[in-house]
Amino acid sequence: MYAFTHHAATSVADAVKSVGEGKFLAGGHTLIPTMKQRLAQPGHLVDLNKVAELKGISDNGSVLTIKAMSRHAEVEASDVVRRAVPGLAALAGGIGDPQVRHRGTIGGSVANNDPVADYPAACLALGATIVTDRRRIAADDFFQGLFTTALEDGELITAIEFPHADKFSYAKFRNPASRYALVGVAVARRGAQVRVAVTGAGSDGVFRWTDAESKLASNFSASALDGLTIPASGLNGDIHGSAEYRAHLIGVMAKRAVAAA
Amino acid sequence: MHEPSAQYKKRLLRIKVNGRWREDAVADGCMLVDYLRDTAGLTGVKTGCDGGECGACTVLLDGLPVLACVTLAVRCEGRSVETIEGLAAQGRPSRLQQAFHEKLGAQCGYCTPGMVMASEALLRRNPTPTDDEIRAALAGNLCRCTGYVKIIESVKAVAGLAP
Repeated sequence: MYAFTHHAATSVADAVKSVGEGKFLAGGHTLIPTMKQRLAQPGHLVDLNKVAELKGISDNGSVLTIKAMSRHAEVEASDVVRRAVPGLAALAGGIGDPQVRHRGTIGGSVANNDPVADYPAACLALGATIVTDRRRIAADDFFQGLFTTALEDGELITAIEFPHADKFSYAKFRNPASRYALVGVAVARRGAQVRVAVTGAGSDGVFRWTDAESKLASNFSASALDGLTIPASGLNGDIHGSAEYRAHLIGVMAKRAVAAA
Repeated sequence: MHEPSAQYKKRLLRIKVNGRWREDAVADGCMLVDYLRDTAGLTGVKTGCDGGECGACTVLLDGLPVLACVTLAVRCEGRSVETIEGLAAQGRPSRLQQAFHEKLGAQCGYCTPGMVMASEALLRRNPTPTDDEIRAALAGNLCRCTGYVKIIESVKAVAGLAP
């Protein structure tokens, strides 16, 4: 590893003040390998591990708030999450492997916006609000393409707020080696409103499948999606699966998510 | 692009390794795996992919399995790390290590320390895991000899036994 400096921030204010041209370090499971490959070479890391303000999970009866440094394993095991949005605890339990879940954080995952990550789909389907040190950003405005978000330089996610849904479920067809989503579909229903978000497939990252949303709004059942297809144009194709295969999987995973919701 | 700083800054790291506190001067950019192998001399910790993919470097941090190759050593200040060397007592392997030996859970042996530490974390939390629970706990550990069946049999052999 090349030389860089490390600062253990003590508060959100301290972290934002000291980051400069450096990077925030959350779980480190994306940033550190990226640095080892020299795809990023920050000279300074601001470690968020000891910032108490960034830890904790709470619920006020209508909105579940997960602070940014909550580990995937903590979200998976949280009774608060399991009561408020049980499908979100299940999603966290399906991320990566135990080593990843013990270190990886929700804030890091959302900030990175990897096109095959799981949390962005949940944020988009549930209409989450991304809270930063300076403002609140709706998930619809936050995710802006591959590894691209609305975050400004030096802006820090402090929490994600998930409004409760009547039903929420996430179904993932995972790459058996990496356990990233080859295709993952999150479905949320609130009254007559349905939101469907797709990860792993879009060549521009996570996106909403509005055709499926309108079908499900009038009939929230897997059969409502019978015959509905999504064009392969605009989807990723790689050695793990063609764009056509992913298009097919989106339909299958959406039905599974609805059936499980 | 930001130029890396010209010199490695070192600081004093206070860390508990296999039950004993130590203090060492460690560069900010030093990974836990390199600290454990090069400074602490614990070469049972293996560098495999060096990128958080293979699990060969799995150690226990405050009892939880983590990847030492993508964990900065300075992040472990004041915390407890356990490696494969910490499992043996008075030079005798633990029940779990003995089981890996007897059930042929090790082939080339390179992934074995990571497999054993991930299994150890599982068994402390859940002393009687099912096959599926063992598979889930070892999902982050790759064996390129593909000896997975024997590895699972090794963990099964100590399931339900006192440590």
